[in-house]
Amino acid sequence: MERVLTRNIHKENSQSIGVYLAGGGYEGLRKAVTSMTPAEVVDAVKKSGLRGRGGAGFPTGLKWSFMPQEKTKKHYLLCNADESEPGTFKDRLLMEQDPHMTLEGCMIGAYAMQADACYIYIRGEFVFGARMLDEAVAEAYAKGYAGKNVCGTGWNCDLVVHRGAGAYICGEETALMTSLEGERGNPRVKPPFPAQFGVWGMPTTINNVETLACVPDIIVRGPEWFAGIGTDERNTGSKLYCLSGHIQRPGVYEAPMGLPLKELINDLGGGMLHPDRPLKACIPGGSSVPVLRAEECDCNLDFDSLAALKTGLGSAGIMVMDTSTCMVKALQRISHFYAHESCGQCTPCREGCGWMERILLRIEEGRGLQQDIDLLKNIADNIEGRTICALGDAAAWPVQSFVTKFRDEFQAHIDEKRCTVQGATYA
Amino acid sequence: MYGPEFERRVDALVARYPEPKAAMLMVLWEVQKEKGWIDSESEAWVGKRLGTSPAQVHGVVSFYTMYKQKPMGRHHVQVCTTLSCMLRGSDELMGHLEQKLGIKPGEVTADGKFSLVRVECLGSCGTAPMFQLNDDYHENLTLESVDRLLEGLE
Repeated sequence: MERVLTRNIHKENSQSIGVYLAGGGYEGLRKAVTSMTPAEVVDAVKKSGLRGRGGAGFPTGLKWSFMPQEKTKKHYLLCNADESEPGTFKDRLLMEQDPHMTLEGCMIGAYAMQADACYIYIRGEFVFGARMLDEAVAEAYAKGYAGKNVCGTGWNCDLVVHRGAGAYICGEETALMTSLEGERGNPRVKPPFPAQFGVWGMPTTINNVETLACVPDIIVRGPEWFAGIGTDERNTGSKLYCLSGHIQRPGVYEAPMGLPLKELINDLGGGMLHPDRPLKACIPGGSSVPVLRAEECDCNLDFDSLAALKTGLGSAGIMVMDTSTCMVKALQRISHFYAHESCGQCTPCREGCGWMERILLRIEEGRGLQQDIDLLKNIADNIEGRTICALGDAAAWPVQSFVTKFRDEFQAHIDEKRCTVQGATYA
Repeated sequence: MYGPEFERRVDALVARYPEPKAAMLMVLWEVQKEKGWIDSESEAWVGKRLGTSPAQVHGVVSFYTMYKQKPMGRHHVQVCTTLSCMLRGSDELMGHLEQKLGIKPGEVTADGKFSLVRVECLGSCGTAPMFQLNDDYHENLTLESVDRLLEGLE
């Protein structure tokens, strides 16, 4: 299989503009700004079938088309590099090893939406990634791929790297805008949608790093080429899969959209970590999507295949758990994450996430009550859909799926007043 | 505050945005780089410089986990304990660090050399377990590699 997004990462000095240019870099931007109208670029991305790689899977070209056609005020493109969904580490690879691919995608997107500036919001912990981006931005300015008079066309667009400071919620698009404005990262109610009233009140589009990194090749090789990769016309393109947990060779793997999960685990990932501990469960799209039991794992990794299983591709963070895993403890750790990261604006999420975590802790420690399983389900059901942003849903879905699919294990913890998973070690 | 060179850096950051307040996070990073943490005097200065109140600045400082509201150790050990790291032994790693450094998460050693905190997913799940030591990621850790690393620090 041809590597598209990761084709440069093993080259020496893969971060430098010289290496990127030698591999045909910035040809997509040049082609877009010198021979295509912004509307033609949007159209090409629509035809490619590209869907957002940040988690929601929304069609990128359609999102771009929501920006006002008549430009009456400033437009902004925000690159969401706040990669924080547990199990996800693909954008980090792109930014640390081949930052120019993302920058080129940013500039093409900015041209398509006639943005005056593109801000790349990178999570604060990615210090090395931010340094690679900073250096790459300076190179792009020096070569005329960003700033004034891009590619000699007279079009101006600034490219700015902005660092977050430790808050998962800022990966949510409206929280990212609030944070960029210099506030606590509280999400905002939609509508108004960012394309109408975004950062600083201006029309804004927010795209994930990997989404934007797909764009240069769509422009150079054509939308039909991209649409020809993958499962079907709704699940297209090359994709980065993040594999972690009880696996021989964890890491980021590039493969067509729709890669069979078992192929990722057994072939690319080299199989389970311990030969005598088979697969027990797998979370296919970052910790917020519903878990799959082992017998559900004969599935393909694309948006619609996983939606059919009532879970999701999300950010393609595939977390593999073997039979030594205590599902109560695993869920407790997930719930701790969402309780820690809730911004606190909406009562169901602020109170519910902490409540769920505390109940899970008492079940794991052998202090669980008979009504706790139903109580967990009840709390999760009352968070889902009742919050400003999707963090509430992200906290509810794992709880709903774990306690439903592994109910016996939760019940055994309560009945026997102890962790009942034999040899639960975590190494 | 912190001299003319610092203020020039702040000016350059403010110029990147259509509104001064948008430089908030980046300016706070500069403060933390100078002082090691962010005190109330700095918050007041940042508020004045960016046209907002000290309370607003403190709201921001206290929202984001990476801004230090008190002095921490010279070597700040931030251990990821979220699911993928947990599956690969982060609890054992944390226990080892607590014992080795003689402190609990959130604490600083008496000599100010080390501090230890538990953090949420650092996006390093494929190289678990791991921690961030000041700015740098240390991945695929074993208890032995941690010992070697920490013993080599000044």
